[in-house]
Amino acid sequence: MAEKVIYAMYDDDDVLKDGAKKLVAKGVKISEVFSPFPIHGIDPIIGIKNTRLGIMAFLYGLTGLLLATIGMRFFMVVDWPMNIGGKPNFSYLDNMLAFIPITFEFTVLCAAHGMAITYLLRNKTLPGMPAQNPDPRTTDDKFVIEIRLSENDKFTSDELEGMLKETGLIELDQKEIK
Amino acid sequence: MEFSISNKAKVFTTSLMVIGLLFTAIGVFTSMNEHHFETRLLTNGLINSFFFFAIGLGALFFLALQYATETGWYASVKRVIEAVAGYLPYGMAMLALTLLTITFMKGAHIYLWMDPEYTTEGTHHYDSIIAGKAAYLNPIFFWIRTLVYMAVYYLFLRGFRMRSLEEDRIGGTDLHFKNYRKAATFLVFFAVFSSTSAWDWLMSIDVHWFSTLFGWYTFAGMWVSTMTVLVMLTLYLKKLGYLPKVNDSHIHDLGKWTFATSFLWSYLWFSQFMLIWYANIGEEVVYYITRIEHYKMMYFGMFLINFAFPMLILMSRDAKRNAGILSFVGVIILIGHWLDVYIMVSAGSLGQSAKIGFLEIGMAVLVAGFFIRVILNNLTKAPLTPVNHPFLDESIHHEI
Repeated sequence: MAEKVIYAMYDDDDVLKDGAKKLVAKGVKISEVFSPFPIHGIDPIIGIKNTRLGIMAFLYGLTGLLLATIGMRFFMVVDWPMNIGGKPNFSYLDNMLAFIPITFEFTVLCAAHGMAITYLLRNKTLPGMPAQNPDPRTTDDKFVIEIRLSENDKFTSDELEGMLKETGLIELDQKEIK
Repeated sequence: MEFSISNKAKVFTTSLMVIGLLFTAIGVFTSMNEHHFETRLLTNGLINSFFFFAIGLGALFFLALQYATETGWYASVKRVIEAVAGYLPYGMAMLALTLLTITFMKGAHIYLWMDPEYTTEGTHHYDSIIAGKAAYLNPIFFWIRTLVYMAVYYLFLRGFRMRSLEEDRIGGTDLHFKNYRKAATFLVFFAVFSSTSAWDWLMSIDVHWFSTLFGWYTFAGMWVSTMTVLVMLTLYLKKLGYLPKVNDSHIHDLGKWTFATSFLWSYLWFSQFMLIWYANIGEEVVYYITRIEHYKMMYFGMFLINFAFPMLILMSRDAKRNAGILSFVGVIILIGHWLDVYIMVSAGSLGQSAKIGFLEIGMAVLVAGFFIRVILNNLTKAPLTPVNHPFLDESIHHEI
């Protein structure tokens, strides 16, 4: 289904932020903001939920912790009991101190890589994926607010454009997207 | 805004000191005839004078760190840091007094190397290992070092405080850049002195033993104690309505420091422990054997409290912005780090005859009361917001 979308472009992130505040106060739903860098404090203004990446980080970390523990117990205790400084080599618990650094490193490795890959997948920005932003200039020095008409039943597109024009934008564009 | 000590705080600190004094007196009278009484008394003196001295020193270090890195956010809590650092002269006096008494008592079984009985060949207790360290560990050189550390700390503290008050009057960036240079210089001195002073004052109690990591370990413990004191003091002042410019983000940052330095301390505790466990060399493991044989519950319990407690509770962003949680964790880990210093000193000096009784609790409470009172008193001596700090505006708009 085709959908009408309005793009308002700004050349300053503070102007965009003030504009977004005014629009939201009037009851406009902003669906997205495109920017070359993270705009500090924009998330609560346009009502973006807290990221759940932290939960995934914990799960990836836990995976790493378990894999490292199981792996090292098998390599160093079960399969080929390793002599660590003449200490009892048939028990994982008695030698646990020696395994902590690697367990820690592997936990961090899994959490960090898992998070990075999840982030790229979720944003659809894996290498080679088609660009999602409406205008290539938003990767340089311009900032764009996206408003979908389907999410703003209360307003007509003319009303929305009128409100946007009061916010100090530099360009206004309307597109039909799928 | 000027700070004045509330009556409640006056009553609280005074009663802490009175209770502490009372407990100490009970402790002295009940254990006066014990075999190791003098050692026990001086051990406690050393624990408490060092622990609170270290918090003051940690604040001085933290202040210098902010100057040297030209940090912006801390400007509105700068006077809080200065107030804690202002305890340093009192802490140094107390520490020097304890060390002086110990020196006059020929080590008082705390510093065995101060006793000629151990270092002179042919005597009954002659110990060739201790005698071998006499070039570094002898009373005269020890006192030269101690006085140099204290003089350097004091001079830098006085300079920072003077320039800070002067900045309030005249402003400008000259003082800022002077602070920047002085702080960088101080950090160079501190990098060496924090290690060597820990060897001199604490590590030499277990005189046969040595660990190159020990200085950093002591320093990390000092730093985390300082951060908990800073965060609790800031929360206290905010609760009373002072520091209106300090917002949730500043509290969050101080909470992060508490969290991070707890990890630093745990990391160093573990590194020291694991390397010695791994190598299993007799002269190194003796330190841990003493602690595991006589202090097992306390030693590992203290590690768990100081590591797992802040990690699990302070991990979330909301917890680091919550005054109740922060003060709760702060009090617990402050006790945890006091226990750390307690074990560091008493396991070496008293060994298995150490115990926590009226004397131990009394002296800790006594010095704690004095410490809080001195800090509150320091806060009254200057406006709580450094008006002309070049980064004050940045600090007021601090948001994370």
